[in-house]
Amino acid sequence: MQYMLMIYGNEAAMASASEADVGQMMAAYGVYTQAMVQAGVLKAGDRLRPSSAATTVRSVGGKTQVLDGPYADTKEQLGGFYIVDVPDLDAALSWAERCPGAAHGVIEVRPIWTM
Amino acid sequence: MDDVTATAEAVARASYGRLIAFMATRTGDVAGAEDALSEAFATALAAWPSDGVPAKPEAWLLTVARRKLIDAARRHRTGQDAASHLRLIAEERAAAEQGDVPDERLTLMFVCAHPAIDPGVRAPLMLQTVLGLDAATIASAFLTAPAAMGQRLVRAKSRIKLAGIPFRQPGHADLPERLGAVLEAIYAAFSAGWMDPAGADLRARDLAREAIWLCRVVVALLPHEPEALGLLALMLYAEARRAARRTAAGDYVPLDQQDVAAWNPLPIREAETLLRRASDRAMPGRFQLEAAVQSAHVAGRAAGRTDWRAISQLYATLFALTGSPVVAINQAVALAETDGPAGGLAALDALADDPRLADYQPYWAARAGLQARLGLVTEAEHAYQRAIGLEADPAVRRFLQQRQAALTPPRDSAR
Repeated sequence: MQYMLMIYGNEAAMASASEADVGQMMAAYGVYTQAMVQAGVLKAGDRLRPSSAATTVRSVGGKTQVLDGPYADTKEQLGGFYIVDVPDLDAALSWAERCPGAAHGVIEVRPIWTM
Repeated sequence: MDDVTATAEAVARASYGRLIAFMATRTGDVAGAEDALSEAFATALAAWPSDGVPAKPEAWLLTVARRKLIDAARRHRTGQDAASHLRLIAEERAAAEQGDVPDERLTLMFVCAHPAIDPGVRAPLMLQTVLGLDAATIASAFLTAPAAMGQRLVRAKSRIKLAGIPFRQPGHADLPERLGAVLEAIYAAFSAGWMDPAGADLRARDLAREAIWLCRVVVALLPHEPEALGLLALMLYAEARRAARRTAAGDYVPLDQQDVAAWNPLPIREAETLLRRASDRAMPGRFQLEAAVQSAHVAGRAAGRTDWRAISQLYATLFALTGSPVVAINQAVALAETDGPAGGLAALDALADDPRLADYQPYWAARAGLQARLGLVTEAEHAYQRAIGLEADPAVRRFLQQRQAALTPPRDSAR
């Protein structure tokens, strides 16, 4: 089954983190991603720019509305994602648990709706 | 009820969980397995009256249910359904020849108690999928509206499938936590069966036995888990006293007045052995402590003198572990035996602010008993009234009414 691991974290805390902490975090993500590749489970994954760079679009009565900012204006924002192909939820959860982001924020694990 | 219906119901009771577990383990789809099995039962009720009951009804049901499952998979096939469908066909012949369905109920129990399942629905889910209870029965045991319970069960089953909760037993690292959830649910099943003390409702009585049986499966597969041993011991102590809890006329008999000769010595002996085995591990837990209290009561009745200090100590440890107000009530009652009724009543007074106790019968019955011993007749009268109003079991209600009627006006100490 494929799952998306959505990494939610506090952007303000990330922005004010020391250079050393950020370096450590990036290194941890590098190792983590490598481990996923080696296990043969990684389908996709990327880091996202902060939500200040987000734009939301919706179509209301045929008219397009474009707004700056993220959809949900919450403290914890989606900061990145991985898509993994693993046998079951337990395997997905164990990858989520090892994600460096789990120590600071939350990882939401959602099955991909395969067509 | 005719013979065929009776046989079908007997098979349903004995085999339901086995058949669901066998199918769901292969497809990951509990609801689909339930649908297939209920269709199989319907087919059986139509075919058996003319064809006769098959020699191996369980295997017969599995064969039919499996076909229903395969038909359903063909109707809306996805990649995963097709794979499990092939596996089912491959296993069909073997199972039909063998006639015995492997017991995978423990795996199903672990699925129901998976951390991705809402804790509040784990026990109901287990009762439905492993024991085949309907939503209405479960709802009444858990004091919920049947429709709401039905909805929660449907959602949980859909979640098992869509979230991809694996049908296998947890690894070593997760075992203690996952097992705790399974044991809680087994105990909930036992309690639901226990609420029919007269044994009038065969289905309810079977539920207590079925829960003991489920726990035996757990103990057989995990023989060194002290809490599993503790829970089995706890349920066996209770089961041993089943016959002694009521007179022939159906009246309630409290523990201290039960006829020890009516206790079944075999389960008591087994419980004692289990509890010793559990304590060898030196990892105390809720169920072991509760079983130890039962053990102390049994020993006390046999010796003619109950060690209330030890019981009080056990309750104190249990309270430290659980913080349960129900444990606190029991502790207060034990305290009344060591320090006198005034001490016990003071301990109960300390709980009076807990809103959960306002409609909890044993709290009011315990108050009434201690107040009566202290000669506080008016207070006892009132507390018995509250207790009687809260009790659903007519036998217990009669018992409380007798106690209330036996209250004697205090001698006027001022004169």
